[in-house]
Amino acid sequence: MAFIELNGVNKWYGQYHALRDVTLSVDKGERIVICGPSGSGKSTLIRCINALEGHHQGTISVGGTALTSDIKTVEGVRKSVGMVFQSFNLFPHLTILENCTLAPIHVKKIKKAQAEDLAMSLLERVRIGEQALKYPGQLSGGQQQRVAIARALCMQPDVMLFDEPTSALDAEMVKEVLDIMVDLAGSGMTMLCVTHEMGFARQVADRVVFMDAGQIIEMNTPDAFFRAPQHDRTRQFLSQILH
Amino acid sequence: MTGFVQTQSIDARTAPLAARRSLFRVLFGDVLSTVSTLVILFAVIALAPKLVSWGLLNGIWAGEGTQCTGAGACWAFLRAKYPFILFGIYPPGQYWRPIGLIVIFIGLTLYSLPPKNWKTSTLWAWVIGTVVALALMAGGVLGLEAVPTDSWGGLPVTLILTVLSLGLGFPLAIALALGRQSDLKTVKYICVAVIEGIRGLPLLSLLFIVSILLPLMLPDGLKIDKLLRALVAMTVFSAAYLAEVLRGGLQGLHNGQGEAADALSLSWWSKTRLIILPQAISKVIPPLTNTVVVMVKNTSLVLIVGLYDLLSAGRAALADPAWPAPFAETYGFIALIYFIICFSITRYTHWIERQNLFGVNR
Repeated sequence: MAFIELNGVNKWYGQYHALRDVTLSVDKGERIVICGPSGSGKSTLIRCINALEGHHQGTISVGGTALTSDIKTVEGVRKSVGMVFQSFNLFPHLTILENCTLAPIHVKKIKKAQAEDLAMSLLERVRIGEQALKYPGQLSGGQQQRVAIARALCMQPDVMLFDEPTSALDAEMVKEVLDIMVDLAGSGMTMLCVTHEMGFARQVADRVVFMDAGQIIEMNTPDAFFRAPQHDRTRQFLSQILH
Repeated sequence: MTGFVQTQSIDARTAPLAARRSLFRVLFGDVLSTVSTLVILFAVIALAPKLVSWGLLNGIWAGEGTQCTGAGACWAFLRAKYPFILFGIYPPGQYWRPIGLIVIFIGLTLYSLPPKNWKTSTLWAWVIGTVVALALMAGGVLGLEAVPTDSWGGLPVTLILTVLSLGLGFPLAIALALGRQSDLKTVKYICVAVIEGIRGLPLLSLLFIVSILLPLMLPDGLKIDKLLRALVAMTVFSAAYLAEVLRGGLQGLHNGQGEAADALSLSWWSKTRLIILPQAISKVIPPLTNTVVVMVKNTSLVLIVGLYDLLSAGRAALADPAWPAPFAETYGFIALIYFIICFSITRYTHWIERQNLFGVNR
C-alpha cells in the first residue's frame, strides 16, 4: 500500500468546488511535483494531506492512518508530515534555534539539550547553523525559508510538503532554497512539492502532477510530461511557462 | 547612450548630520507657533505669581485649622491628615500593617518589571505575597488584632482593587478573548454575551448591582464582604475591556502563525500559549496600557458603594469641622499619587516596547 493515499477527494469553499474527485497515491521515497495555474487546487490538495484544510468527500490516509476530524488522529498524522509554507511562517518572537526546538520539546517531549543538538545538526545541514541565535526578522527570505525546512525536519517526518516554497523569494535566493530541496530529495525523503520551478521538477521529480480547475489533468514522469504532454490544457500551460 | 562600468567600489560613508531647528524657529517659526507661544507665555505670566503667592509665600505649612484663613494654601492640613488620607479609618496604632501591604505590593511590582523575571515562580510570589498582605490587613491570625474590611481605607484599598481586579481580570480576559474566537458556537456566544453585556453597563451601575442588588437576592445568612463584591465587579469589568483589546491583537495575527503551529502538530493549548498569545499581547501593549491606566482611576468609583479608597478617604478627611476644608490641596495631593502610579505604568510600558522582546522587524 502506498504511503499517502487520496481516493475520490472532494472539497468545497462555500459553493466553489475546489478539489474534484482527486485520486493520488504516493509511495515512500517518491518525489512528486504538483504544478498548475493559480486557483487550480494544488495548495488545497497538499493542505488536505496534513488536515490544515478539511475535505468533504473521499478518503485520505497517511502511513496507514485514515484522516478524520478527530484531533488525536490529526495530530498523529501531522507528527509524520512536515510542511514548508510560501511565506515561511517562522515564529518571529522566537530565535531560529527556538523555532526548531519548539515542536520536538512540546510535542515529542524530547529533552531540551537533545532537541538543541538535533536542531543544530539540521541547521548545519541547511547551512545556517551560525545564525541559530538570531531572530527570523534578522534573516533574508532565503535564509528564513531554509530555517523553515530545518524546523519541519526537526520533527523527523516521513513526508515533506512544500507549498510554493520559492514563490516569495527574490530571484537570487531561489537557488539556495532549491539546492536544499534537491539535497533532501537525494536523501530519500518522500516529498510533495507545489512549485513553478520546472527545472527542479525535471531534476528530482519521480512524477509531475498537473492540476487545473480542482482536478488532476495529467500525471507522468517528468521526461514524458515535458517532452510529450497529452492533454491540450497541459500543452497550453507548458507553452505559457516554458520559453 | 554610452555604456558604464563601475571601476572602483564606493565605501559606505556616515550620513550628514540632520540640520537642527533653532529654538527660536521652533517657537516663532510661523504664525501658528508664534501665536501659541505668546498665548502660553501670557498665561504663565498671568497665573504664575498667584500660584506662587498662594502655594509658597502665603502657604501655611504647620499649625492648627484656625490658622488657615484662606489667604494661602493650607499645607498644614495635609501634614495633619495625610495618615488618614492614606489609610482611612484603619486603627491608627496599626498603621504598620497597611504600610506592610503597600511595601509588599510595590516590592512585588518592582521585582516583576524586568522581563527576565517573567516566570512561574514570580506568579507564585504574587499569590503568596497577596495572601500575606491581605492577612496582614485583616488580622485575626498570629495574634494580630482583627480589622474588618469596613475599616480598611485609603491607598491600600486602591492598591488592592487595582492589583486584584487587573491581576484576576487579565486571565479572565484571555479566556473571554479566546472564547470569542472559538469554533464552538455555544462558547463563542456566551463570551460575546458576557463581554458586550458588561461593556454595555456603566461601571457605576455594575457596582450598584453587585453591591446592592446581589445581597438582596442572596439567601438570608449568606453575606459576602463589601470589598469582595466591589472587587468582583471591577474584575469582570476590566476583563471585558481587556478582552476586547486582546481580540485586536489576536485578529492582527497572520493566519500562517497558527497554521505553522498546527503543521508542527502542536496541541491547541501549546499553540495558544507559546505562539498566539505572546505575539497577540505584544502587539497590543499600547491599548493595554491605556485600559490599565483607566482601571487604576476607575477604582475611585467604589466610593459610591461606601468603600474608603484613596479618593473617598480624602473626602472624609475634608469633613473635619476643625479645618476649613482645603479642597485644592487635598485633591492635588491625591492627584499626585494617582499621577505617580499612572505615569510609572506608562513609562514602564514604553520601556517594555523598546526592549524589542520579540525580535527585530516584527
